[in-house]
Amino acid sequence: MIINGVQIDDTFAEAFPMRATGLIVTADSPQWANQAAVTMTGFATSVIGCGCEAGIDCQLAPAQTPDGRTGVRVLLFSTSTGELQKQLQGRVGQCVLTSPGSACYAGLDGTERLKLGDALRYFGDGWQVSKRFGGKHYWRIPVMDGEFLCEATTGLTKEAVGGGNLLILGKSSRASLVAAEAAVRAIGRVGDAITPFPGGIARSGSKIGSKYKSVRASTNDAYCPTLTGAVKTALAPDIASVLEIVIDGLTPSAVAAAMRAGLEAILKLGAKRGVVRISAGNYGGKLGPHHFRLKELVR
Amino acid sequence: MKPLVLTLLRRPEQRLDVSPLVPHRLIGKTAAEIAAIELQTTHVPVTAGDIFRLQMGDAQKIRIENACDRLDGIGLAMTSGEIVVEGSVGIEAGRLMGGGRLTIIGDAGPWAASAMKGGTIEITGNAGDRLGGPRTGETAGMRGGIVVVRGNAGERAGDRMRRGMILVEGGASRYAGCRTIAGTLVVRRTVGPLPGYLMRRGTIVLGGATDAFSPTFVDCGVHDLLALQLMARYVKPVSPRLATLLRRPWRRLAGDMAVLGKGEILTVP
Repeated sequence: MIINGVQIDDTFAEAFPMRATGLIVTADSPQWANQAAVTMTGFATSVIGCGCEAGIDCQLAPAQTPDGRTGVRVLLFSTSTGELQKQLQGRVGQCVLTSPGSACYAGLDGTERLKLGDALRYFGDGWQVSKRFGGKHYWRIPVMDGEFLCEATTGLTKEAVGGGNLLILGKSSRASLVAAEAAVRAIGRVGDAITPFPGGIARSGSKIGSKYKSVRASTNDAYCPTLTGAVKTALAPDIASVLEIVIDGLTPSAVAAAMRAGLEAILKLGAKRGVVRISAGNYGGKLGPHHFRLKELVR
Repeated sequence: MKPLVLTLLRRPEQRLDVSPLVPHRLIGKTAAEIAAIELQTTHVPVTAGDIFRLQMGDAQKIRIENACDRLDGIGLAMTSGEIVVEGSVGIEAGRLMGGGRLTIIGDAGPWAASAMKGGTIEITGNAGDRLGGPRTGETAGMRGGIVVVRGNAGERAGDRMRRGMILVEGGASRYAGCRTIAGTLVVRRTVGPLPGYLMRRGTIVLGGATDAFSPTFVDCGVHDLLALQLMARYVKPVSPRLATLLRRPWRRLAGDMAVLGKGEILTVP
């Protein structure tokens, strides 16, 4: 299939079930809310090396937050409930609790819960105050700039999906980067989905395994333009750069919507902006139960 | 659907326990069955039909008209539905209430909302002594839910409160929030001496002056607390006045240091 001069491979992104949670982080200004959120979602690009994948889902206006201040919604994904709880506690404790003027609330509903303030309250050393309003439970933890207000728990979903992806193949590194940036901007407008890599983009896509025993994942040599003559390549000679966008979503439909938004943004740029092909990564369909076919998404 | 209306025919000669007349105990009953419900008073047997004129309707919503301060135990342990009372009521209105809504268009006697666990009580007039407090032998008072008093509260409002929220738009008499275990008491106007006496945890917000604080409360300075902004949002639907009051900096007095000292009284700086 070719749209606007861009070839869309007849393939699919293979994605996996994940556990996920959401948070709302607020602060006295949008800058500080984002600072706390960016800090807590740092080093959270891949569950393989970071324990979780995390990112900012959306910016929230004062009317959308529990305390009437500006905020952001953050999503965290991991492969097990235990690891997600560990990452949540560590990241909120080290990055949000410490951030000036911050407060933290549940960003996901659900009967299954993860500890948020319930895990952090002990920092109050006995001076923490429990408050319950309207069926919600909060902890007030005294800190040096006043109080850190934190909801006791947040929701957990087991319906989340990780590993939706797009591969953008361009004539130059500049062309693929411009297209990837446009796709990330479009995906950013889709709710319940994040792109956890730096700026939403990964340039070092990986394959499973390595020639080295201790390395679990290694460079995706089939998509490395500098190896086209040396390995069984997936690239035509006119492709000089490949970038990947990885997408995690709270539901399969959120991932599909995000992939569709990204695809449409890239196709809108078209071949005249240097994009040659769009593909997706998979493992032959044997590992992940969620298959997002590119051609179905652009129909 | 029309409510079930119970109109008091005359003022009872003695105190009258009307606690059986709650939605969850009347649903599915016929008019004759409701009229036959025995109500406790003196040694003279009395039924609901002797005291009230019944107008059948949906028992999830009960309206008691022409009420008076001899009707005790209105809404006792109610779990759901709604009771609206036109007139004042006696003791223990809404005691042990677990859910639903009780509206008293008038005054309530002592121990209103006593040991309440959930739901909402609104008293448009004044509340008597020991609002939300425990009865003799009980270790805790109110344990959940929300109480709004548009007028004043008597002595020891919120005594031994463990959870929940009491909102008083008027003033309160002495020992407001005494022996509080946790929970929140907000009083908009003047309170009597020694608010928060022997409180362990919990929050008492005082919008007006008081005659005397216990010397066992310590000044922790003036603060703009985010938790109160959050509380204001929650309170606004039931009391816009108190929501406005809460959105301001407060002087925080920690105490009562005579006991655990993890509570707080917030006063106007």
